[in-house]
Amino acid sequence: MSGEITEKTAGEVSPSVVGDDPRPTDERSHPLVRLFAGGFGRNLGLVIALLLLCVVGFATAGDRFASTDNLMTILRLGSVIGVVSIGMTFVISGGGIDLSVGAIVALSSVWATTLATQQMAADIHWIIMVFTAVAVGAGCGLVNGILVAYGRVAPFIATLAMLAGARGLAEIIAQRRTQIIRDRDFITFFGGDVLGIPVLVIIFVLVATVGWIILNRTTFGRRTLAIGGNAEAARLAGIRVKRQTAMLYVLLGIACGIAAVMIMARTTTGTSTHGQLYELDAIAAVVIGGTLLSGGRGTIIGTVLGVLIFTTLTNVFTLNNLDTSTQAVAKGIIIVVAVLLQQRVAERHQASG
Amino acid sequence: MPQGRAHETPLLRMTNVVKTFPGVVALGGVDLDVYAGEVHCLLGQNGAGKSTLIKVLAGVHRPDEGTITWDGEEVTFSHPQAAMDHGIATMYQELDLVEGLTVAENIFLGHELSRFGFANRRATRERAAELLAQLGHSGISPNTEVGQLSAANQQIVSMARALSRDVRLIIMDEPSAVLDSGEVRQLFGVVRELTARGVAVVYISHRLEEIREIGDRVTVLKDGRTAATGLDATETPTAELIRLMTGRTIEYVFPPRRTPDTTTGPLLSVNGLTRAGEFHDVTFDVYPGEIVGIAGLVGAGRSEILETIFGARKADRGTVSVDGRPIPPGSVVKAVQAGIGLAPEERKSQALILSHTIGHNVSLASLPSFSSAGWIDSAKERESSLRVTQSLDVRPSGIEREMRTLSGGNQQKIVLARWLQRGSRVLLLDEPTRGVDVGARSEIYNLINDLSEEGCAVVVVSSEIPEVLGLAHRVLVVADGAVLHEGPAEELDEHRVLDIILKGDAA
Repeated sequence: MSGEITEKTAGEVSPSVVGDDPRPTDERSHPLVRLFAGGFGRNLGLVIALLLLCVVGFATAGDRFASTDNLMTILRLGSVIGVVSIGMTFVISGGGIDLSVGAIVALSSVWATTLATQQMAADIHWIIMVFTAVAVGAGCGLVNGILVAYGRVAPFIATLAMLAGARGLAEIIAQRRTQIIRDRDFITFFGGDVLGIPVLVIIFVLVATVGWIILNRTTFGRRTLAIGGNAEAARLAGIRVKRQTAMLYVLLGIACGIAAVMIMARTTTGTSTHGQLYELDAIAAVVIGGTLLSGGRGTIIGTVLGVLIFTTLTNVFTLNNLDTSTQAVAKGIIIVVAVLLQQRVAERHQASG
Repeated sequence: MPQGRAHETPLLRMTNVVKTFPGVVALGGVDLDVYAGEVHCLLGQNGAGKSTLIKVLAGVHRPDEGTITWDGEEVTFSHPQAAMDHGIATMYQELDLVEGLTVAENIFLGHELSRFGFANRRATRERAAELLAQLGHSGISPNTEVGQLSAANQQIVSMARALSRDVRLIIMDEPSAVLDSGEVRQLFGVVRELTARGVAVVYISHRLEEIREIGDRVTVLKDGRTAATGLDATETPTAELIRLMTGRTIEYVFPPRRTPDTTTGPLLSVNGLTRAGEFHDVTFDVYPGEIVGIAGLVGAGRSEILETIFGARKADRGTVSVDGRPIPPGSVVKAVQAGIGLAPEERKSQALILSHTIGHNVSLASLPSFSSAGWIDSAKERESSLRVTQSLDVRPSGIEREMRTLSGGNQQKIVLARWLQRGSRVLLLDEPTRGVDVGARSEIYNLINDLSEEGCAVVVVSSEIPEVLGLAHRVLVVADGAVLHEGPAEELDEHRVLDIILKGDAA
């Protein structure tokens, strides 16, 4: 389905308008070209890529790939980075970037599993651990947001500093040890499933749904895209650009906190090594999904598909006993090809418009 | 002196040069002769084609028709380097210096002094120091980063750069715009020295008294054509020059003005508004139904005044009130809430999100009115945006297409639609017809007039003086950040306005 805000543009223009247009646009080209140039087409392209991957998976690994268990494995693996990627979609749509997400996940997981936090959780409820992780994530996001929006530090630099700082702080707190989670209820709850669907996957679906609604149906989402599309125009239209920008980083921080809870449940640990290279995976998923790295256009559905493509790729490679280095090469190629294709589409769109 | 040189070969001769851009004839046949050792001044209003002419000379643009003769030989400059190789140097209005490099590095940028492929830093410094001393500015250290210098000193560096080559013609595009009177003296000293050495100077300025002082001959451009060339810079009467600059070929039809209602208080009140270095003590009222025009040349501070009223720039002093209630300075959000809307000068970069739909561009300032608890009621939004764009007759109709597909005039309507939807009653319009083709202009004029009749207070800024005079009830003439004149539009004409600007600029 194609419900994304900006994705309506090319696809839904009624043909009757075309005759009045002083300059010819895409709408005059072949219907199939139109379909693929629009948001629906972009998503369709991703779906086709995903299906191709599945065909490869089935051909090389057979039933080991095409089983319900394996499907759930893929989804469970993808859900942690998926939650981060949803948050990243907002920051990138708003014209920013965040390199510190992996470090924030690590710090949140460590902080939520310290002896003190676990003791408190044991005394009251495991939800304390969840609150702690989310609050730490939000706090880190707030620092990023304030630095970027009010301190006018370039997002790349501000979050690079957070990347170093947060992971360092995580190491200090954990003293470089892996902290085991003792609360069985926490692990049972998040490690379990509802009607055969893992709780982690349900969380991802919820986050993606809420993200989609916020981006496409609320003033918050509209303002985010406006700032990413033209920050000066947004400012001169009376939008509080700084506050909005800061909130985007807070939102992503919260997503990182949630992801930290999920990774804690999956590994039953909190450690400063969680979330390694999440920044790259999340940015890659967002960008191949079709969100513009320069901002102004964002698609949650594209991001979800991007995450699934990378996770499925990893799964297929693992099932075929290919090492992670080969995976990394394949990832690199996919990113380049996807972005090159998108640019071609965008250029044709601009040239005609 | 160039008088009586008709028998000599001019250093530069441009004959019937034509340059068109898609949809615009920038130069429609320009003739220009420049002799070695003279200061040849170019006069013309904004948009008369001066900048294009300079760029053709500098090899940035290639003319579509016409010939350029250099030293008696026909030449074509296919790229800027070709013009430089012939000895033409250009000092652009926006200085093209690299701020992070030193003075010496900037001066020799593009033709670095080198030995065996390595930059010869010492020679570069010494040559730079020599050039600066020649210009009477040995105080500027060749090792200073250019970003640290004042605007005036950057100008000197730019000139040193021009002189660092074997130069025979220097084009100076409003070099005095950023200089104070003492620095202008110094500049003139340098110019005289250059011409004494046989270098020709093409000098562009809006300041008539500068032209009188430094110029030998004057060429007047108007609407992309040479209106007159080879006039004597000191003898030609001011009235004649102004007539040549303004004698218009394009006439616009303006709607009839109705007398505004001044019985109620003013809707917009600006009192003593000042921003250091930009403008000072701007005071005026706008009543409901009134259009106030601000006339002035580029750089006079017009846009800055509007942006400060709107809160996009923070005033150093002075107040802005709507309906008698003052607005805190420096807050666009508060200004918008008070009912002010700005249609900025650079529509595409300052007002529109070109990759978004028309509908989303319209509703950008009114989102709260279609939403509850942050949730946008899309049906309501769509219906309202459609209604307001239809009422402004935006073509093609429909709000789902991408913003960039609209023409300039329709894009301007979208900006107005945004503020109408918001219910703004004070409209600040900065160059409302820039980039709007001739046919659509009257439409914009009618629209502005309708809005004022509906009770809006409108402030219009335009470089086109007839536009200001034709639209506004009352006109403020500004130059160099000061209001020189305020009065009813009927009492002014284009000559009078230019006269005020050119004479008032003397200080």
